[in-house]
Amino acid sequence: MTERLLSCSEAFAEALHEEMKRDDTVFIIGEDLRAHDGIFGQFKGLPSKYPERVIDTPISETCLVGAGLGAALTGMRPLVDLHFADFFTTAMDEIANQAAKIRYMFGGQARIPLVIWAPDGGGLSAAAHHSQCLEAWFVHTPGLKVVAPSEPADVKGLIKSAIREDNPVIFFQHKKLFAQKGPVPKEEYLIPLGKGDIKRKGRDITIITYSRMTYFALEAAKQLALKGIEVEVIDIRTLKPLDFEMIAESVKKTYHALVVHEACLTGGFGAEIAARIGEELFDDLDAPVTRIGAKDVPIPFSPLLENYVLPQVSDIVRGIKKVLNLG
Amino acid sequence: MNQAKLGKTDMLNLFKKMLLVRAFEEKAGELFQQNLIPGFIHLSIGQEASSVGTCSVIRPNDYVASTHRGHGHMIAKGADPKRMFAEILGKSTGYCKGKGGSMHIADFSLGFLGANGVVGGGFPIAVGAGLSIKLRRTDQIAIVFFGDGAANRGTFHEALNMAAIWKLPVIFVCENNQYASTTSISYSLAGGSIAGRACAYGIPGYTANGNDVLEVREIVGRAVLRARSGEGPSIVENKTYRYRGHFEGDPQKYRSPQEIDGFKKEQDPIAVFEIRLKTAKVLTDSAAKKMRKDVAQIIEDAVHYAREAPLPQPEDAMEDLFVNP
Repeated sequence: MTERLLSCSEAFAEALHEEMKRDDTVFIIGEDLRAHDGIFGQFKGLPSKYPERVIDTPISETCLVGAGLGAALTGMRPLVDLHFADFFTTAMDEIANQAAKIRYMFGGQARIPLVIWAPDGGGLSAAAHHSQCLEAWFVHTPGLKVVAPSEPADVKGLIKSAIREDNPVIFFQHKKLFAQKGPVPKEEYLIPLGKGDIKRKGRDITIITYSRMTYFALEAAKQLALKGIEVEVIDIRTLKPLDFEMIAESVKKTYHALVVHEACLTGGFGAEIAARIGEELFDDLDAPVTRIGAKDVPIPFSPLLENYVLPQVSDIVRGIKKVLNLG
Repeated sequence: MNQAKLGKTDMLNLFKKMLLVRAFEEKAGELFQQNLIPGFIHLSIGQEASSVGTCSVIRPNDYVASTHRGHGHMIAKGADPKRMFAEILGKSTGYCKGKGGSMHIADFSLGFLGANGVVGGGFPIAVGAGLSIKLRRTDQIAIVFFGDGAANRGTFHEALNMAAIWKLPVIFVCENNQYASTTSISYSLAGGSIAGRACAYGIPGYTANGNDVLEVREIVGRAVLRARSGEGPSIVENKTYRYRGHFEGDPQKYRSPQEIDGFKKEQDPIAVFEIRLKTAKVLTDSAAKKMRKDVAQIIEDAVHYAREAPLPQPEDAMEDLFVNP
């Protein structure tokens, strides 16, 4: 396969170009999409190429998410751009009560080919209203699929699959990763939802992570490799459905598991993964499953404060040493 | 379609449909009294002119988003009372296989995008249907029914603004029955008029006597014509009244029995229309009697079907979440 280096933004835009060309029911709806081809450049070239299918809305998140749902129910395949994941709060009824439940409560009558796409995460001094990782809310709502990739190639393959899904998908992309480059195959490809990826092989401990923390975990693994500790890093990529098979296979080999996410620790998705490992793989563990997440406060503004709250590479290194009982 | 063109058969069909909605609702109330319906139900008795009149001027492939008080809308859109009763009784042959019940019932094959358990939940969905119609370049329209209470939700205002700026073929049909659950519009509605809120969005806001099926037809018909010709949305406020409580079993301490009786005596949509049809010699006493008998038979058959219908298997609860899990 031929590859080139693309950023997450470029990989995303390329996926959208391919899908909008392939299927004229695909359209994009959200705030401030057209003036700058998306605030992260994620829709580069699309507004001019598809003037009717890249739709700017008023600041009405409730209605634009609900309108995406209504369009999905009536023959279209919308991608709703939520601008920032923090704004999910303004459209929760449309997502949790309507999009997630309409197929089920109507006895399977509806197909809902709807992607709600939301940039999330901290590290930009964007503070409490523009920095959150809210994925746990959505994995806790039956009827939604939840995706949070890290690498550009995964972004591309997964957003293409999400667009072709006939179920509602919440698709997170970390704001700090839009400029992140990585190899992306030139040929067309899809990555199915529900498949994790081992980003680094190792025999001593399994880190289960996703989104930006994948890069942090890889950095921690690199540092510990110098000391002879081999860390396996699994990027689950899709939170729901979860590739637990991959996690189990790895933990059965390493006997140690550390779950890492940027979202705050309490009630985070890491708790779910840790619980399942505890329930299903207890006999394979040489140490308790351990979690790393942000501290349980809103994300503060000042960089020193923010760095203190968000998990850092050093926290992951410490976490690995703790699980491996290396003092 | 306007009133002038309405033939005798059309008039009688309207009347029969109103009888059917009422008979369905009265029977649902009875079944509830007999503890045959799990949960709770919201009946639309007294509001038949609005549901039937509105749905009589739209096409089979037009969309309807409904409310928690939606049985009448669904019957008026052409739903099968058998499968409706089966759903309300929690049976596997119901419209939603027993997963939705009264408040979450739908028939997508009729463009009926569902009742909704959230007041004001239908507005954004209808805007989306309208947007989809525009993008697909069809001449369909979308109707969103809502109550007076929903006019105070934020969804109402976001949806009106969006539908208006894009000139979407969406008609906001309010059934103002004067009470949002227990709360009177005299307390909760700033400005006093729901149709009046249209002027803020630069669209027409019509008020209709919601107990007069022909007036509802005429006024919704105007909005339909406008929507279909690409001129955009309208609000139609059908002023009506519900005879039953917000839900069956509602003690209704917020209004007097005299108030309810007054509406029943003077403005009942079925009685008003029946007198009109008889005065115009479109309907005879014996024809009305036969029609009521036919409708009672339809309802009896539907209830029989629903009561005999199989219950779902417990593990069916795990089906229908995703198209492909």
